[in-house]
Amino acid sequence: MSKIKKLVSTNCGVISPDSVEEYVKAGGFQGLKKAFTMKPEEIIGEVKKAKLLGRGGAAYPAGSKWEQLLEIPEFPKYIVINADEGEPGTFKDKILLGQDPLRVIEGMAIAGYVFNSHDGYIYIRGEYRAIQKVFQSAIDNAVKAGYLGKNIQGTNFEFNIHIMTGAGAYVCGENSALLNSIEGKAGRPRIKPPHLAEVGLFLLPTLVNNVETIATIPTIVLEGGEKYLSYGTSDSGGTKLICLSGNVVNRGVYEIPFGVSLKDCIYDPELGGGIPNGKKLKFYHLGGQSGPIGNEAQLDTPYCYKTLRNAGLTVGSGAVVVMDEDVCVIDYLKGVTEFFIHESCGKCTPCREGNKQIYAILCKLSTGEATQDDMVVLKRLISTMTNASFCGLGQSAAVALNTCWKLFKDEFADHLNKKCPAKVCFTEQERGE
Amino acid sequence: MGHHASDPNKIVNVTIDGISVSCPETTLILDAAKLIGIDIPVLCYHPDLKVRATCRVCVVEAKGQRKLKTACGNEVWDGAEFITNSPAVRQARKDVLELILAEHPQDCLQCVRNTNCELQKLARDFGISKPLFKNEPKKLPIEDSNGAIVRDMSKCVKCGRCVEMCQEVQTVGAINTAHRSIEYEVTTAFNRPLQDTTCVYCGQCISVCPVGALYEKDDTEKVWQALGNEEKHVVVQVAPAVRVALGEEFGMDPGSITTGKMVAALRRLGFDKVFDTDFSADVTIMEEGSELLERMSQGGVLPLITSCSPGWVNFVEGFYPELLPNVSTCKSPQQMFGALVKTYYPQKAGIDPSKIISVSIMPCVAKKRESARPEMNDSGYRDVDVVLTTRELARMIKQSGFDFTKLANEEFDDPMGISTGAAVIFGTSGGVMEAALRTVYEVVTGKELANVEFKDIRGLTGIKEAEVDLDGTKVKVAIANGLKNARVILDKIKAGECDYQFVEIMCCPGGCIGGGGQPWGTTTATKEARMAGLYQVDSDKAIRQSHKNPAVKALYDEFLGKPLGHKSHELLHTHYHPRDNCK
Amino acid sequence: MCCSKVTKDQALGIVKQYEQVMEIIKKYDKQKEQLLSILLDIQCASGENYVAEEWAEVVARELELPISKVHDVLTFYAMFSIEPQGKYVIEICKSTPCHVTKADAVVKMFEDVLGIGLGQTTPDNLFTLMHTNCVGACDIGPVAKIGEEVYGNLTAAKVAEIVNSYRGVSSCQK
Repeated sequence: MSKIKKLVSTNCGVISPDSVEEYVKAGGFQGLKKAFTMKPEEIIGEVKKAKLLGRGGAAYPAGSKWEQLLEIPEFPKYIVINADEGEPGTFKDKILLGQDPLRVIEGMAIAGYVFNSHDGYIYIRGEYRAIQKVFQSAIDNAVKAGYLGKNIQGTNFEFNIHIMTGAGAYVCGENSALLNSIEGKAGRPRIKPPHLAEVGLFLLPTLVNNVETIATIPTIVLEGGEKYLSYGTSDSGGTKLICLSGNVVNRGVYEIPFGVSLKDCIYDPELGGGIPNGKKLKFYHLGGQSGPIGNEAQLDTPYCYKTLRNAGLTVGSGAVVVMDEDVCVIDYLKGVTEFFIHESCGKCTPCREGNKQIYAILCKLSTGEATQDDMVVLKRLISTMTNASFCGLGQSAAVALNTCWKLFKDEFADHLNKKCPAKVCFTEQERGE
Repeated sequence: MGHHASDPNKIVNVTIDGISVSCPETTLILDAAKLIGIDIPVLCYHPDLKVRATCRVCVVEAKGQRKLKTACGNEVWDGAEFITNSPAVRQARKDVLELILAEHPQDCLQCVRNTNCELQKLARDFGISKPLFKNEPKKLPIEDSNGAIVRDMSKCVKCGRCVEMCQEVQTVGAINTAHRSIEYEVTTAFNRPLQDTTCVYCGQCISVCPVGALYEKDDTEKVWQALGNEEKHVVVQVAPAVRVALGEEFGMDPGSITTGKMVAALRRLGFDKVFDTDFSADVTIMEEGSELLERMSQGGVLPLITSCSPGWVNFVEGFYPELLPNVSTCKSPQQMFGALVKTYYPQKAGIDPSKIISVSIMPCVAKKRESARPEMNDSGYRDVDVVLTTRELARMIKQSGFDFTKLANEEFDDPMGISTGAAVIFGTSGGVMEAALRTVYEVVTGKELANVEFKDIRGLTGIKEAEVDLDGTKVKVAIANGLKNARVILDKIKAGECDYQFVEIMCCPGGCIGGGGQPWGTTTATKEARMAGLYQVDSDKAIRQSHKNPAVKALYDEFLGKPLGHKSHELLHTHYHPRDNCK
Repeated sequence: MCCSKVTKDQALGIVKQYEQVMEIIKKYDKQKEQLLSILLDIQCASGENYVAEEWAEVVARELELPISKVHDVLTFYAMFSIEPQGKYVIEICKSTPCHVTKADAVVKMFEDVLGIGLGQTTPDNLFTLMHTNCVGACDIGPVAKIGEEVYGNLTAAKVAEIVNSYRGVSSCQK
């Protein structure tokens, strides 16, 4: 049985991205047409049945989110799509935006219809400037063909989509920071409560969904939530775009039904194809830079929200970064921490200062100067950052470190004794680098 | 905790550290805890500013929640159970504090906030001894070139209070956050010195800073040198708002009326004459009241807007230069005083004016720049040589070693120390307006004003409007304190949407009682107390209307002639100019 | 700026740049929300991949924003620079998926071909070499991004070829 199931990525690489004719020919905009015959509550009902969990990383149940926004009596409401995709190891929204933008547009229009919203914003990261142009072309063509703009398909429903650009800030993937960025400000997260459903873009009720999440909506509307659920497992409906990178043979984006095992993701010839150069797997990093680390012992875990969570792992963004035996855990964690130092918005103490102090200790480990006292401080920093940071970035910046601490205790102990099993750390020092 | 706005009329029951408390649903965890005597430590939180919740010092545990919650950034909810003092909470707070201290200079002994610093107090309360992290503060240059505000940003703890104040409350926007990550800082655009920004020197940033990153330029040494110079005749004037705040520096309650002790202290310090800015406030009313009546009767530009607040003057010069014709040509009481103390006073006292050093004690930071404006030399000398804030005066008193609280009351000197109740209320929002109305009423109607109190225009509210009936003549007035509120009125004037005749604008929220030079730790509650003190002084005064001040009458008889006369224009009036400001 | 000594050509150049800046601002209807787009376009048009203080002032004035807020945006986002850079900014990804596929080696390749180190600009002001965080091309890592182009699966030969292709081509045309 194939490990790949193409639902949301079925048009990618097959149709001309901005061609409405080709998209319609491939079955596009049927979801929107069906949605017009349904009540908003009915559509939300299908999304709930589908057990669609947010595909950006937070895995919040989309049906609940939509239900909450529907109950808010204030207008206008905004549909905002998070296309910031800054999570290292994640490049799946890029595929959808650049190769099947009309699917994303269709999903946004359905959301607009559900919430009687007339303006959708898609926040695309600045590094995807070229893709922004493709997406704009798709919007323009959709307007011309009567699938966006005024009187969509002869109804009195109007929906406009505006592209907003990022300018290089991973923290803008955090939904409230993203809204600040759309408003033309620095992308630092907002204080919550109030939540974005009540006080969102321009202080008005707002829906924020990930690209992959919204791109799934047309399928759910067309085929029904139950059908979509059945493609996956009982608690994780449908499919997930996973991104394989690092030390794996077949790097790329793959759409798998939930339930495929981690082992298959990495080793199956249809998917990862194993570790190149005859090396052995050492560990893998799931869900993004802020996700947990896993090792060989957990490979049999089915890839789905519940089972991964129970194993101390996660789906997150869908990133699966694979590391072979030549990678030093401490060196890897330095890279992770450096990333968070650079991307921290800077405003809260635990994240701004905590990441820096963690990095200092990791450096001491990699130069053989760390002590047991440092390890105690490290544990405290992990705890304080996790419990007291202002937003998700700071709260999860130490997750990788924390999971490595448990899984690779020996490697920490080795470095305390000036030994690096992967021969990365002290060898560099000997070379004088 | 669902998606609904919390209801201030709904009372909820919560438990904090096992103790039950009932309070409105809109109560912050922080304030609910205060109700039962629990003082959760804070750093970035300020009761008069929008919550930022970025320092993370005030975190508490909430039952059922995985992560700690800030007490300042969260309201209570029905049935909530909070723990403010668990090992997890204490560890998080201590770690947060240690992280801040790792970046903070440790030269407390030389710092202006030594023993009066919010960070120092936290470190003391938390028993920080052996630091967890290496102390490596950034070494940033101290900006000290504008003569009023000093920025020592190495000490910044990034609480964001000053940014909130400058951007949101004062809408001046001279400083803001910048960068991110470990480069995150509070700064001016492109690191320009304050003189090259829109800064109006209101000093409200200083007022809310919890540490020694922002403070006024210290001019006390200049005053010590003048006082120690036998050749010089050193005179001092003191603003009304100082006398109801100075006591706080010595442990007295806010609003304590310390006039007598203050005068005694100034004499002890060695000033040759101790005068009162209130005297020239009465003069200001004579001049400005006449200016108002002249504009009203001769079709001059209306509304007339007061000009005694230099922060406000800087603001209108920079942001609304087109409204300069509305601004009164009167100088502030400080500057009127300065001009008179080097012309009228030496003439009366038989002193050589070149020997006079004129010092003022102000609740204000902008007054330092005002006194240094090139045109403020109509006396033929620098009209005001040195301006000290309330805080600087307190420092001089402490350096001198006598116990302020035990001083016996003394009186101001003649002739520039006699003042009325109308003058003393200049220090609070609505006070200048009320003082003016007390005189203008009698001039316009020719009748005695039975009740001199105009209570409708008192209070800390940001914008007040009133229509005053001067025995048939209706005068529409507006009063604003705080520059965001000022903009509301100014935008109306610009759009021709109002018909005020007289507008009072004070730069600082609450007026001078909340000035940038007042004791640290000022909040709305402190301002309420100081305001009450001023109105008490006013009601205790025998004479409560400026035109009835005998010393002022003598000034005009002997020296000035009449209000708006030639001599007045020479000494007591000025012109303003648009600032080369990018908005 | 207006009072300093400039040549006539320099003055004309400044006027032309000012007109370009105003055009960009007008293209976005002077909307405050479009600040990031406006600044990115100005940076691209500058030829030196930066936003000069003078142009930030113009943007602040036209959008009716305090210059301190424009400065906050310019310094917050990694894609902006307030200092001149090379015509082409070569960004090497240093995030972990590229790091474990030997991004360090790629840095060295570029350093060798360009003759400069990380963070530096070539003497002819053509290239600036710097690190960047993940640009979403981890499947072809290690990755170098130049303007809107992303180059992956790099070898020393490919690096030399890429650098050569940029010599002699004007900016924003690629």
